[in-house]
Amino acid sequence: MSLFIGGFAIIFIGGLASLFCGRRGGLASLCGVLGTAAGSIAAIIPAFKVLFSGAAESVQIAWAVPFGSFCLRLDPLSAFFLIPILGLSSIAAVYGVEYLSSYQSRKNLGVPWFFYALLLVGMMLVVAAGNGLLFLIAWEIMSVASFFLVSFEYEKPAVRQAGLSYLIAMHIGTAFLILFFILLSSGTGSLDFDKIPMFPAAKANLLFLLAVVGFGTKAGFMPLHVWLPHAHPAAPSHVSAVMSGVMIKTGIYGLVRAAMLLGTPPAWWGWLLIMIGAVSGILGVLFALAQHDLKRLLAYHSVENIGIITIGLGVGLLGVHLHSPILAVLGFAGGLFHVLNHAVFKGLLFLCAGSVLHSSGTGCLDKLGGLIKRMPWTASAFLVGAAAISGLPPLNGFASEFLLYLGVFKNNGGDGLEMLVLALIVIGSLALIGGLALACFTKAFGIVFLGHPRSGAAQESHEAGVLMKLSMAVLACLCVLLGLLSPWVVRSAAYVIAAIAPLPMGQIEAELGCASSVLLGFVFVSLVFAIVLFGLTAVRCRLLKSRCVRQSVTWDCGYARPDSRMQYTATSFAQPITALFNVFLQTRKKFLPPEGLFPVRSSFETETPDLGERYLYLPLYRWICALFGKLQWLQHGRVQIYIFYIALTLWLLLMWKLM
Amino acid sequence: MNNTVDMIMIFLVLTNLALLGLSRLGACIRVAAVQGIVLGMLPLALNRGDIPLHLGLYSAVLIGLKGIVFPWVLLRLLKELKTRREIEPFVGYGTSIALGMAAFVSCIWLGHRLPLPEPGMSALIVPAAFFTIVTGLFLTVSRKKALTQAIGYLVLENGISAFGAAVVETQPLLIELGILLDAFMAVFVMGIAIFHINREFDHIDADKLSSLRT
Repeated sequence: MSLFIGGFAIIFIGGLASLFCGRRGGLASLCGVLGTAAGSIAAIIPAFKVLFSGAAESVQIAWAVPFGSFCLRLDPLSAFFLIPILGLSSIAAVYGVEYLSSYQSRKNLGVPWFFYALLLVGMMLVVAAGNGLLFLIAWEIMSVASFFLVSFEYEKPAVRQAGLSYLIAMHIGTAFLILFFILLSSGTGSLDFDKIPMFPAAKANLLFLLAVVGFGTKAGFMPLHVWLPHAHPAAPSHVSAVMSGVMIKTGIYGLVRAAMLLGTPPAWWGWLLIMIGAVSGILGVLFALAQHDLKRLLAYHSVENIGIITIGLGVGLLGVHLHSPILAVLGFAGGLFHVLNHAVFKGLLFLCAGSVLHSSGTGCLDKLGGLIKRMPWTASAFLVGAAAISGLPPLNGFASEFLLYLGVFKNNGGDGLEMLVLALIVIGSLALIGGLALACFTKAFGIVFLGHPRSGAAQESHEAGVLMKLSMAVLACLCVLLGLLSPWVVRSAAYVIAAIAPLPMGQIEAELGCASSVLLGFVFVSLVFAIVLFGLTAVRCRLLKSRCVRQSVTWDCGYARPDSRMQYTATSFAQPITALFNVFLQTRKKFLPPEGLFPVRSSFETETPDLGERYLYLPLYRWICALFGKLQWLQHGRVQIYIFYIALTLWLLLMWKLM
Repeated sequence: MNNTVDMIMIFLVLTNLALLGLSRLGACIRVAAVQGIVLGMLPLALNRGDIPLHLGLYSAVLIGLKGIVFPWVLLRLLKELKTRREIEPFVGYGTSIALGMAAFVSCIWLGHRLPLPEPGMSALIVPAAFFTIVTGLFLTVSRKKALTQAIGYLVLENGISAFGAAVVETQPLLIELGILLDAFMAVFVMGIAIFHINREFDHIDADKLSSLRT
């Protein structure tokens, strides 16, 4: 535990140091990245130790705050979340050094590094907190630090807007969490997680709903996700990677922790999570398909992957309720493994998107194209990430989704019809999500990296520097490794699942062993396939060696002057699918058709505004605005009246107290 | 000894009523000053037996600041501003006094509900102190001129100081000195601010400052 606290301190001190030498950008970056990396290495050691030994460590520090106690606790669940948090944050920090260096002349780099360290410290504290109040404080540190990171380029109005909407969404979520913790403590007056009593069913249900809304806002459940597509594109790319890869997972952590605290789950908790997961997953990927901006597209994919994770948690909770070890173990294992996997491949994809943005200056899909020739490293890394997120074997995204499939396939507990419905929903939505994700990433990769440049910016782009390439390469290798080693990685989750689900350790290990042997088969087949592919490539190279290979233009049906505008656009590529799902997407089109024999101008525009924003948040905000508009008569702008309000309030409070 | 404390308290109540009813700014400042001086003697009156040196010093500082320095600053300001020497209230003087009486009654009720930790002290302390606080707030709220707000703040501070002297047993001096420092700063800042407002806008009516919003 002392290593954890030491790492915590190193990261914070590194952040402070970079704040103080902010004017000299290089030094600030150095302090920030050294602090983050060294601290993460120190703190990740106890996390691994706890994960593999299963023994929780805790430390209590004196702290005189009502309801609060500075209790840090590393149990297998915290340790499991801590590993991707520390790992991805330090890799992204290395990337950030180079990414931020282009801002060096214009901005004080100490500020983003300080808030980066603060964000990391906040996340560490969130997963290690053993007390509700400490948790809320850490949660707030995390939200506010990330708000400042999102608003890094505050001189752009769109970024300010995004930052503001992020801040508001986070605090709506936090309001629910405060309510959650107040209710949690109402029995005993203590917020220590190990002193929470068992609740009657009605109260537990209410608490669970509060937790779903509160943590779901952070995690990005549909329709609470509205901040995601704004905030992720606005933040610097390494921050988007951390926010999307690990920060939103703290919402998942909170939900799992809440479910653990609330005792045995009734069936509808599981069903609710499965439905939320299915809706978030399918709508998330559909909206991703309709996007024109690379980072916004990736942001919607975060919603999708959170959906997959939530389906896993729902299946797990249902398994606990039905006493079905297969469902419980494989549901939780799939969900949690996907947390880790998503951190890796989504981090990778955001870093790749960042280097595209960095070199071409735009994330707009229809202005990019042909980047594979100029940025081969980034393109290959993006390809690996895209294959992983689409759930293709043998990469890591496949392994975690496969566990979920396996769980509902092999399930033998519960009522027949109910289980059939479960299998249909889970398998159907996972398959749909996987297929659509594949289509979406075909679109993203194809439009950005293949074909010809669609604008001058794309033409002048260049490959990222060493540090950026290094961090992308590390994450890409991790995608492959986690996939190939998945049979072994899955087994290491035994203690985590034992902490969540009340099952005997032997049973958990048996189920995981069973799943791991199936995965092993897949890995073996994939390896054989890879060897065959390698052999075929070698043969091809050999055959081509003796022949003359030349490049020419694509066959253009005899048209003499093909140009880059004749390629597929992002919209036209996705059109067959988006047209099919237009009921949900409600894409707005502005079409000015060509007229006459010699048309002068015509244009076509599409825009897909967010459903949750349009039908939930905007009406809600309008209602709140109208409500507070009615209170405007209180607001005179006269100093005397304001003092009067304050005095009156104090006076009434005193009277009330003395009554 | 209790007799002296009672006398001081009654004096406090009377000066409050006077402040509510006075129409001239200069007179208001002087009454507040007298109130400050009398209040400065309260720690001495509360202390039974010998008077320790630090208490004497404290009393002297209190009297010096509230009775001499603050009024002097405010009176000089009044002279320099060349503004109208009348208060211009939102609430008339008669109504103010009537409201003041009502407030005093509720303060007595309050004092009844809020017993002092140390028995045997004057029963008037809490009502009088509260009444002074309420008067200060009322002056701030119901008068137009920014200068009256400074006076209101001073009276409010007097009330807190009376309350503090009676209630806080062990470290009254430390807390009181802290508040005094606040008041000291406030009067100076307010003085400077009022001076600048006057120079900028040719009046010191706080209610017209609302036009600064836009």
